[in-house]
Amino acid sequence: MNRSAIDLWVGVFVTMGIAAVFFMALKVGNLSSFNSAPGYLLEARFHNIGGLKARAPIKSSGVRVGRVESIALDTESYEAVVTLRIEEKFSFTRDTIASILTSGLLGEQYIGLDAGGDPTMLKTGERIAKTQDAFVMEKLIGQFMFNKAAEGGGGK
Amino acid sequence: MTETTDDLVVLRELAFAYGERQVLHDINLRIPRGKVVGIMGGSGCGKTTILRLIGGQLRASMGEVRVAGEVVAELDRDRLYALRRKIGMLFQFGALFTDMTVFDNVAFPMREHTELPEEVIRDLVLLKLHAVGLRGAAQLRPSELSGGMARRVALARAISLDPMLVMYDEPFAGLDPISLGVVGQLIRRLNDALGITSVVVTHDVYESLKIVDYLYFISDGRVVASGTPAEVRSSTMPFVHQFVNGEPDGPVPFHYPALPLTEELMYAEPG
Amino acid sequence: MPSQAESGLAWWLRRVGGTVVDAIVRLGYASRFAAAVLTHSGSAFRRFPLTLREIYFAGVLSLVIIIVSGTFVGMVLGLQGYDVLERYGSSEALGVLVSLSLVRELGPVVAALLFASRAGSAITAEIGLMKATEQLSAMEMMAVDPIARVVAPRFWGGVISMPILGLLFSTMGIFGGYLVGVKLIGIDAGAFWGQMQSAVDFQRDILNGVVKSLVFGAAVCLIAVFEGYDAPPTAEGVSGATTRTVVASSLAILGLDFILTVFMFRGLGL
Repeated sequence: MNRSAIDLWVGVFVTMGIAAVFFMALKVGNLSSFNSAPGYLLEARFHNIGGLKARAPIKSSGVRVGRVESIALDTESYEAVVTLRIEEKFSFTRDTIASILTSGLLGEQYIGLDAGGDPTMLKTGERIAKTQDAFVMEKLIGQFMFNKAAEGGGGK
Repeated sequence: MTETTDDLVVLRELAFAYGERQVLHDINLRIPRGKVVGIMGGSGCGKTTILRLIGGQLRASMGEVRVAGEVVAELDRDRLYALRRKIGMLFQFGALFTDMTVFDNVAFPMREHTELPEEVIRDLVLLKLHAVGLRGAAQLRPSELSGGMARRVALARAISLDPMLVMYDEPFAGLDPISLGVVGQLIRRLNDALGITSVVVTHDVYESLKIVDYLYFISDGRVVASGTPAEVRSSTMPFVHQFVNGEPDGPVPFHYPALPLTEELMYAEPG
Repeated sequence: MPSQAESGLAWWLRRVGGTVVDAIVRLGYASRFAAAVLTHSGSAFRRFPLTLREIYFAGVLSLVIIIVSGTFVGMVLGLQGYDVLERYGSSEALGVLVSLSLVRELGPVVAALLFASRAGSAITAEIGLMKATEQLSAMEMMAVDPIARVVAPRFWGGVISMPILGLLFSTMGIFGGYLVGVKLIGIDAGAFWGQMQSAVDFQRDILNGVVKSLVFGAAVCLIAVFEGYDAPPTAEGVSGATTRTVVASSLAILGLDFILTVFMFRGLGL
């Protein structure tokens, strides 16, 4: 095996490695929305975030517009403070509603943004005022039972 | 012989042990410049150890080794490597690099230690291979060579940097009579033509008596006799006599130390 | 008899103690050797063709086994994963299951195990035989340091090859999962890739997998060159060293995998 043949094969090998990195980055991992991509930060407060995690997607009408940057707890109000990183090209109105939703029955949780009609747009660092908490199965069931009981009581 | 500056290698009161096992005791020997010196002894008597001590691969537990006036054990790594560049060594079975061709084997020391352009290296390698008669085998692989040819390639590699000293570790082991003669003659001819000094460690008395200038006999880790080939041939010392004539028993016993046979057979208990 | 039991116990204790001391001595020697390999690594990069040659032997020659095994592992994951996911009606998540298992665990680990038995054992056998045939000794006598000339390029050649092999294993595995899931079973291709993309994170999953590969590669290559360099210069010595390379590398890979997983994924709230 002479030098140039070895060079050729190692070249092929490394090229395959680079191709694999690209495949991983674009097709598998979707690097196009990598979190270090520039964007602006918004804040939203929730009473309950359910199973939301940092780096969860943020979607508007099903289209991904950003990712959850971080999650913290405000120790005075005991609210979850979620920082959202929104891609530069998307802007949202001041009366946007942020809600924590679940994709599918067993899917991961994400934040959905529904824009309103306010003419002013949210700027970096501002807070989304209207939020809707994650739905928690136990609470929902509890509420349902309570309603049923109340209905039953009313019917009597 | 008295010690003079003509001696390239001097071993003085040298002792060496592998762990508990004492291999060499109180070795004194001198290798004069320009001569072929043989070191003889039975198998496993510490001959190869002497070569490794000269090359600085092992350190003596007592005494000193001087090569070209320098005490080998006191050299730091860089100076030891500088010294080794001036020493060629032929290993027992050649120790050719099996992943390279004959040509690359001989070129190896030049490529590692010189900045010579590839055309110059090519010419030099072909000259060295020509000197051992194997110019035509340059593109063969070590696995395609016979034992004698491999030995000659290793010899070409050993002299590739024009060393001042070449050490041969059992250069005759396992060769047919023709190859034996060829290798023996090469050692002598290269020594005289290139003005180098040679140390030949061997147990082949017959072949080495034909080529060496001086001989040391080693037994049980000690120098037991020495002399020129003529002195050795006429020696009456029992050890030398036994060695030169190849007698099975004598000062070197046939039997490994053991109880007398009758005793062992009579009284040995099973278990 | 009590005296006999005592002496038996003493003998046993001495044996255990001796084994432990031997192991510690060997570990110390191996660490010193590792330090020597690292300090003599300059030549592996200054004379890169030497390392290139080893990338060829360790990396390129392992390609076939890596690609074939990767594809089959991915296909099996596709079948098994579909069987389980279908029970919960979320067979579209097959892409997520296949890609995450491969990228995080199976790719780095299985590729490293294959690499240890394919390339690691070859490195040990080669260095061990070079030692047994006095080639290393001859090099030393030619004033060439065998650690810099023989050991370091093999070490770095393997360390460079390993992440590439791990990535190729995962890639082929995902392709195998795609073949089974989309082409054979008929899951929607858009759902397969789309769910995968939203679940796999480049940094947390893919880069961590590459880091794992690098660590495994370094461990396997270090064990391989050490066992070769330390092998007794006999036929049994070299064969024993080759076996030890495969066994020790496999254990090291699995042990390190656990440690790395704890560091990488526990810290991220998983």
